Amino acid sequence: MFTITMAIFIPFLAAIFVPFIYKWKPRAIGWFVLIFPLLLFIGLARLIPAVAKGDTISHTFQWIPSADIHFTTYLDGLSLIFGLLITGVGSLVILYSIYYLSSRESLGHFYVYLLLFMGAMLGVVFSDNMMVLYVFWELTSISSFLLIAFWYHRKQSRYGAQKSMLITVSGGIAMLAGFIMLYAMTGSFSIRENIAAVSQITDHVLFIPAMILVLLGAFTKSAQFPFHIWLPDAMEAPTPVSAYLHSATMVKAGIYLVARFTGVFGGDAVWFYVVSSVGIFTLFWGSFNAVRQTDLKALLAYSTISQLGLVMSLFGLGSAALYEGYSGSSVVYAQATFAALFHLLNHSTFKGALFMVVGIVDLNVGTRDVRRLGGLMAFMPVTFTIALIGSFSMAGLPPFNGFLSKEMFFESMIAVRQLEFFSIGSWGTLFPVLAWIGSVFTFVYSMIIVFQTFFGPHQPERLDRKAHEAPAGMLVAPSILGLLVVAIFFFPNVVNDYLLRPAMAAVYPSLSGIGEAMPKIEAWHGPNIALWMTVGVIVVGILLYVSFKYWRSMYKVEPLRWSLDSVYNGSLTMLEKGSTLLTNRYMTGYLRHYLIYIFGFFLLAVAGTMTLVGGVSFDFSNDSPIEANEYILVSVMMITGILMIFISSRVTVILLNGVLGYSIALFFVIFRAPDLALTQIVIETVTTALFLLCFYFLPEMKKEKPARSSKVVNGIIAISAGVIVTVLGLAVQGNKMFDSIASYFENAYELTGGKNIVNTILGDFRAFDTMLEVVVLFIAGLGVYTLVKLKPRKEERDLED
Amino acid sequence: METLITILVGVLVAVAVYLLLSRSVIRIILGSAVLSHAIHLLLMVMGGLKKGGVPLIGEETENFADALPQALILTAIVISFAVTAFLLVLAYRTYQEAGSDDLQELRGFKNE
Repeated sequence: MFTITMAIFIPFLAAIFVPFIYKWKPRAIGWFVLIFPLLLFIGLARLIPAVAKGDTISHTFQWIPSADIHFTTYLDGLSLIFGLLITGVGSLVILYSIYYLSSRESLGHFYVYLLLFMGAMLGVVFSDNMMVLYVFWELTSISSFLLIAFWYHRKQSRYGAQKSMLITVSGGIAMLAGFIMLYAMTGSFSIRENIAAVSQITDHVLFIPAMILVLLGAFTKSAQFPFHIWLPDAMEAPTPVSAYLHSATMVKAGIYLVARFTGVFGGDAVWFYVVSSVGIFTLFWGSFNAVRQTDLKALLAYSTISQLGLVMSLFGLGSAALYEGYSGSSVVYAQATFAALFHLLNHSTFKGALFMVVGIVDLNVGTRDVRRLGGLMAFMPVTFTIALIGSFSMAGLPPFNGFLSKEMFFESMIAVRQLEFFSIGSWGTLFPVLAWIGSVFTFVYSMIIVFQTFFGPHQPERLDRKAHEAPAGMLVAPSILGLLVVAIFFFPNVVNDYLLRPAMAAVYPSLSGIGEAMPKIEAWHGPNIALWMTVGVIVVGILLYVSFKYWRSMYKVEPLRWSLDSVYNGSLTMLEKGSTLLTNRYMTGYLRHYLIYIFGFFLLAVAGTMTLVGGVSFDFSNDSPIEANEYILVSVMMITGILMIFISSRVTVILLNGVLGYSIALFFVIFRAPDLALTQIVIETVTTALFLLCFYFLPEMKKEKPARSSKVVNGIIAISAGVIVTVLGLAVQGNKMFDSIASYFENAYELTGGKNIVNTILGDFRAFDTMLEVVVLFIAGLGVYTLVKLKPRKEERDLED
Repeated sequence: METLITILVGVLVAVAVYLLLSRSVIRIILGSAVLSHAIHLLLMVMGGLKKGGVPLIGEETENFADALPQALILTAIVISFAVTAFLLVLAYRTYQEAGSDDLQELRGFKNE
């Protein structure tokens, strides 16, 4: 029986076995791993018909019921699309990586991380409980960190890994805070219950903060401006990882989150404005910066940023559909969401294929720099074909799927102008304008990928290796994606009926029948504005591409040259410097300072507590009488103790310490504790001997001449410590709250057969205590022995660390 | 009696803390030794003083002194001995390696 919960855990379980299989058959490891995403894909694909009919599958088991955290999996149209993407692209990427990664790499680690990621990602899209979702969300960040740093000997890899981790995890924490706010408002961690309860919370004071925090999580994960800076550096990961995590799946988790929470926050003006404007600006900024890249992977990274912005802005526009319930205009706006879902799918196909192509080129000729590449078409015809399909689809040309979704994107952007609410006014015109400019740049960089790599003069002398076609196995995965790109163009309505419409129902749970209201996707929809926009994109794009070398210098102009990277780097260095400065202020390496903190805290805590709870009350009525010899003994001890501070002769101080010890032994006799007296005398003798022995090796004590101020501080701390301990002791004696448990031990003879009560406690009632005490003695003995006997040998002394 | 001993404990704690705050390693070790003396007495006081006979069954008395603090102190005496011994050897080795027993001078010692 295949359940969704199982689907989440299968990759994790498989990851456990990877190291063993890797040890046993290191070469077959990729094929072994490939089984799992394939099986999962088939399992999920079998659910398509049921979900298309409108079924949802939900399963709950109690995890932390006291905190209202249940492990609820929920499958609907939206999570199904993502589930299929994760497992489908995952299978292809693993197939590709079998050929891409040499067997010298630590493949065991690689596949463990990849499976870890797959499980976490499935967990994100299938979890209904926000807390569980958050756990999986951070797990994807962690596995992404591990994968980016896969070649951790490279400085850039470590830098990129840290950067992505810092940015996405901080966003994740913001998102967690947003979830907790939602819980505070609705009393439920379930997303579906939150959607159901949304009408009661829209006026709540936490509603907008919760929305912004959740969006922070989504924007950092999906590399939206200004958090996009981590994605280009994440390209240090091996290419299969870039294709999988950083274009097809993980970066779409933010999109998923926005889609999922449209039901909660959609319909609010803030949500509409923030999501759509951040998205549209990211689209523009990403495509604008992609054009100036010379590294093909960096170019693809910026292009991914821009495409994510495109999808994001569409979801923002689509949320307007929830503003006034089900009506004619809501169907119009919902088409934006429809286009977003469609483009999401298309982007995974063509961008996955393009990443794989770039990986092939990189592996074959040893560079991804467009300035060194050229004329590869003759050597790599299959790779070229796939690159052509992917790029033209990205540019929005027929007959590829990108054309369809790009047209729908333009239509939605034009529809914004007709928005009559949210007081959008003439700002609405900005959307189609930015969309169009972004698309022009998209066209330009798509052409760069194809023409600068595969056409033009071949420069074999600038390549590390001779160009040749990749092995057939490596071409399988990108070819499948390329075929999909074409197939979706010709049969878009298969995708439409089985995937997109059920997903629409999931995004708009309150608008029933919205999926059926979506139009059929048509390749030819008459000469409307969108088509003319596409024609314009092509014409202007070609002009810009041809004249690129003339306007290239525009990127050096002041505001366009600015980079958010320097902001990130600068703040990171400042943070490190600041914390070092702060730490050095109190971590001085001087024991006295640390002890002052410790005693100071002790004094404040105890004195504060005692004053607060009013514990300072004494009762001397129960005191025993004092005899003359006891007065003498007490004064001897006090004088001895005080003398110890002022005497600087070593031997005298040791002897004074001995006096203290033996006086205590006398007290033990007076207090009816013969065992203690005996032990104290023995130990005191040994200790004094030990002190004298060690003092033989240690230098004469210097007369300490500390500054007057530090002497005063020491004195104040010492005296107040003494006072506090006295007050505490007296207060405790005067306020006995419980009877002594000692009477229990007085039955020692019946219970243990021993007559000395102290001995029975040590050897019987609390025997474990005594045993551990012996262990402590043993460890101390070992420590003493090690310190005395073991000295570094001469050669070890010179060892540098 | 209890009050007097508690005051004595306070004085000893003050002495111990003052010694612990000084610069010389030896004084610090002595401070820790005095501190354990003080705490042993404090534990003793908590059980009440001179309230009964020696806790040995079979003696003529029916009323015993509290045996539990005695057992705890017995453990504590042994442990504090172990700690003092270890600290002494540590001081000895530190002096051998670093040539100083002054904590102020030992700050930032490279081989720490």
